Amino acid sequence: MTTSSRHRMADRGAVVESPHRLDHVVVVGASLAGLTAARALREGGHAGPVTLIGLETHPPYDRPPLSKDFLLPDASPDLLDLGSTAGLQLTELYGQRASALDPRRRVVRMEDGTVVEFDGLVIATGVGARRWSGRVPSSGVHTLRTWDDAHALRASLAPGRRRVVVVGGGFIGSETAATLCVLGHHVTLIVPEPAPMYRAIGDEAARFVEQLHYDAGVSVVTDTRVLELVGDAHVRGVLLDSGDELEAEIVVLALGDEHHTQWLTGSGVLVDRGVVTDEHARVLDAAGTPIPHIVAAGDVTRFPHPDVEETISIGHWSNAVEQARVAVQTLLDPDRPTNYRPVASFWSHQYGVRLRAVGLPAYADSVEVHEFDPQGRKLEVTYHRNGHMIGALTANRAARIVGHRDTLATRLSSELPLRGAEGLLSTR
Amino acid sequence: MSNQPAEPPTSQPRITIDVDMNLCESHGQCVFAAPDIFCFDDDDVLQYNPTPDPARWDDVVLAAASCPVRAIRYSRAEDAA
Repeated sequence: MTTSSRHRMADRGAVVESPHRLDHVVVVGASLAGLTAARALREGGHAGPVTLIGLETHPPYDRPPLSKDFLLPDASPDLLDLGSTAGLQLTELYGQRASALDPRRRVVRMEDGTVVEFDGLVIATGVGARRWSGRVPSSGVHTLRTWDDAHALRASLAPGRRRVVVVGGGFIGSETAATLCVLGHHVTLIVPEPAPMYRAIGDEAARFVEQLHYDAGVSVVTDTRVLELVGDAHVRGVLLDSGDELEAEIVVLALGDEHHTQWLTGSGVLVDRGVVTDEHARVLDAAGTPIPHIVAAGDVTRFPHPDVEETISIGHWSNAVEQARVAVQTLLDPDRPTNYRPVASFWSHQYGVRLRAVGLPAYADSVEVHEFDPQGRKLEVTYHRNGHMIGALTANRAARIVGHRDTLATRLSSELPLRGAEGLLSTR
Repeated sequence: MSNQPAEPPTSQPRITIDVDMNLCESHGQCVFAAPDIFCFDDDDVLQYNPTPDPARWDDVVLAAASCPVRAIRYSRAEDAA
């Protein structure tokens, strides 16, 4: 289908398209999705050069522990281990920023002026912490997305019991509040919705999480936004939209994601709250046509899913792994691109409670509660949309999530083929 | 998810799985990938078959790659049992 170069054939001088030769593969983004892509290339038999480019100076590391055990004073860096890249024979460019992409010439331009040519590209630049739009005191205010972020927060916590305000109604906010509470700090969690993690897991499960926070001694301030970070040199507190001011020695901002797509500006890549791909992880151009030999994976992507009418982002660990593997299969065998139709899977650990979720709870129009036992720390809910189950969540009931996951997988594998890119565009 | 094996096993050498239960946090990703090899007991503790059917190599590889705490080790012995 997609060919790059034309070669004159000796026979009758006919011009035919030669098959694209996938030699140098560049992976931009050196976190879980990027690393998984590099591994999948080798597993898939790709013998040509592979370059892995990462913005951070660290080799790939695992992010979920950053808001959990890695905040403990004696936490080992081994917690973040994603395995060695030795043996993969990669060219690893860390601490370097890709600043532009030219899909036609197949080059990535780096901020330092160098140019990296590629035959195949995996875009896996992920997301960063959404920044505070107002004035930020010069110390005491943290985000929590990177190794360096976690180090800085950990250093600021010692010694003693700190008064911490965590702002944000997502996973990172809730997990960070839980971890810091367990560490003995005085924690207030401020969320814009009626309960923590409300948008991701719905009212019932969010109430369960809220109860865990209350029982542990976290003050949860719901339906509330922060208007201002108070303090000049060091943060002194936060001003709430209720008019109250909360004292704080440390503020953690967990305000959600910013997709790392700035570098794609002007490239022709379709960017709409992320890099938009088709159902095979192929990156699309503005017209919705797959761009040859460019795929994307991980948090940075938005893609069609049969359970919902719009493209979705799944910013979770298992999506990064599964999508990267599919993206590489598509890259290696473009004429038979692999379908990406995931049963999303994600989890959270708070106060020793194991939350396990599958599917798309955030897209439910109704919820069925099968078990709600905050005392016993057990929960089982299923999520439904248009009359069929699209997700499930359990707490300390991992065995039960397996059956729900099977149900979703069976239905997804029997769905009609996904609509094409045209449909994708018309629904935006 | 179907994977294209790099080289389909012909001699069906024996597979051995070892899960580090000190690392395992019962995320369940391996159970999703290969439910006939991995499962949970009633207390959410992982159980698994350490010597699965050699034909299941791809699923074992996927299960190990899916583990968020990298608790699954596996090997394929060329000296088939």
